Amino acid sequence: MAELLRLAAVSRRFSGLKALDGVTLAINKGEVLGLIGPNGAGKTTLVNVVTGVTRATSGTVTLQGRDITRLKTWQMARLGLSRTFQIVQPFAEFSALDNVAAASLFSQPGESVKSAREAAREHLAFVGLESQALQPAATLTLAMRKRLELAKALAMRPQLLFLDEVNAGLNSAEVERATRLIHRMAESGITIVMIEHLMKVVLNVCSRIVVLHNGRLIADGAAREVIANPEVVKAYLGHKYAQQEAVDGRA
Amino acid sequence: MSRSNIALLALVACYAALPLFGGSYTLRLGTIASLYAILALSWNIVGGFAGYPSFATAAFFGFGAYTSGVLQGHGAPLIVGVLAAALASLALASALGAVLLRLRGHYFAIASLSLVEVFRELVNNATDLTGGGMGLNIPVVANTSVMGDATFFFYAMWLVLLATALAVSVVAASKLGFGLACIRQNETAASMVGLNTTLYKTAAFGLSACFVGAAGGIYAAWVHYIDPSDVFDLLYSVKPIVMSLIGGLGSSLGVAIGAFVYLALEEVVWRNYIQIHSGLLGVLIVGLLLFLPHGLVSFRGGFGRIWGRRRKVKNG
Repeated sequence: MAELLRLAAVSRRFSGLKALDGVTLAINKGEVLGLIGPNGAGKTTLVNVVTGVTRATSGTVTLQGRDITRLKTWQMARLGLSRTFQIVQPFAEFSALDNVAAASLFSQPGESVKSAREAAREHLAFVGLESQALQPAATLTLAMRKRLELAKALAMRPQLLFLDEVNAGLNSAEVERATRLIHRMAESGITIVMIEHLMKVVLNVCSRIVVLHNGRLIADGAAREVIANPEVVKAYLGHKYAQQEAVDGRA
Repeated sequence: MSRSNIALLALVACYAALPLFGGSYTLRLGTIASLYAILALSWNIVGGFAGYPSFATAAFFGFGAYTSGVLQGHGAPLIVGVLAAALASLALASALGAVLLRLRGHYFAIASLSLVEVFRELVNNATDLTGGGMGLNIPVVANTSVMGDATFFFYAMWLVLLATALAVSVVAASKLGFGLACIRQNETAASMVGLNTTLYKTAAFGLSACFVGAAGGIYAAWVHYIDPSDVFDLLYSVKPIVMSLIGGLGSSLGVAIGAFVYLALEEVVWRNYIQIHSGLLGVLIVGLLLFLPHGLVSFRGGFGRIWGRRRKVKNG
C-alpha cells in the first residue's frame, strides 16, 4: 500500500501540557484507520495539527512526500485534507445546500457559485439530506447536522478524511446509518481516519487501529491485535471489555 | 442579482432626478445624502457582509479628502484627484487590512479606531504638504452660478454612489460575497473548507475604503477648505454604523434607506430643536434600535403582516 500521510516525531505543547509527544505515524492510501484513546489523549489535537488548525511545536507532517507542516488551514484543505468537527460547525444562517456549496466552491479551483450549488445537490443526496436542502442549517437536528458535516467534507473531494466522533450523540439507528455512509465513502477510495469511542463501530469499519494515551502512541496494528494488547486494555478499554471480548471471541 | 439589489439600483437611479425638483438647499442635502449612503454601503461590505466592526471609515474619508485636496492644490483636475484618492485608499486599506484583520471582534474595532487618530496626527504634523492644523484651501472648480456649482457636486457625489451601489451589488452576488458571508458565520469553518480568509477580508476592507476615499475627495473640492478635525471626525466612522443598524445589517437596500432616514432625522431634529439636537437624535436612535432590532428591513414582506398580527390578537 502506498503511503499517503506521514507524521514524524510530531509534538505539540500547550504551555506545560504535552498534548502530543513524539507521534510517528504513517497513513496508507485507501485504508480506514481507527484512532482511539481516552479523553484528553490528544486525538483531536492530532487532527488539528494535520489540518493546520494548530501548529506542531516540533516534528514534520508530509503528504505524499511534500512537507505540509507549516501550511495554512485553507492550503491544506485545497490539498485534499478534509475533516468533520466533533462539535459540528455549520454556517448556521446558510441553507444546507449553501453549506455544502461553500465547501465545493472554495476548495475546488475554477468553481462558480452556480456550479458549486449543483455539485452540492449530489452530495446532499448521498448523505440523505436532499429534502432538507433549502432549510437553514441551524434548524436541522443533530443527526442531520452530522450528516451535513459529512456532505461538506465530501464536497471537498478529499484524499484523506478525518472523522472526529461523527457518532457522538446519535442514537443506535442513526449510528447505523452513519456507519453505512462511512463504508460507502471508504469503498469510493477515500482514505479515512476516524476518531471514535464506540468500539463496535471501530471494529466494524477499521482495518487498523492506533491508540493514543497521554499524547503518546502506545499501539499501532491490526484491529484485533490492538484490542488484545494489555497496555491498551489498561489505558483505555478496561478489563471488563477485554474479558467480554475474550468470551465473545471463544463463543 | 437579487431583487433587493435591483431595488437598490433603481432607487439610486431615481435619485438622479432630484435637481429637477429642488433648489440649492435641496441639492446640498441631496449631496450629503449620497455621501452618507456611500459611507454606509461601504461600511456594510466589511461590517455587514464579513461581520468585522470597522471604525476606520473616518480614516479613509480624511485620507481621500487630503489626497484629492493636495493634488488639486498642485493643479490637478478634480477627476484626477478623486480617482487618485480612490486608488490610494484601496491600496493603503489593503496593506493595512492584511495586518489589522488578523484581529477579531473588539480588538479589531479598537485597532481600526486607532487608524483615525494616527492619520489625523500624521496630517497635523505634515505641515509642508497638508497645511497641518491650519487646514488646506482647495481651488474653486471654475463654475459660474451657485446652482451650477450645487448641481455639479450633486452629480459628482451621485456618480460615486452609483459606482458604490453597483460594486456592492456585484460583490453580494459573487464568490467574494459568498465567502464573506461564510467568514461572518464561522471563520474557522470557512478556512477549513479552503477559503483564504485573510485574502477575502483584505479585499473587503480595501473595497470598502476605495469608495469612502473617493467620496472624501469630492467632499474636499465641494467645501473648498478642509482641516484635520473636520475630515478625520470620528462621527464619520460612527454614523455609517448607526445607518446600517437602522436599515438592517447586511442588506444593501436597507443600509441605503437607513442612510436617507438617518439624514432626515438629523436634519429635522437639528432644525427644530437646535439646543438639544444631539440628545434628541440619540434618544430617537436608541428607540429605533430597541423596537426594530433588525432595522427597517424587518418591514420587508409588508406592513400588512404586522397589521394582520395585531388584528388577530385583538380578535382572539
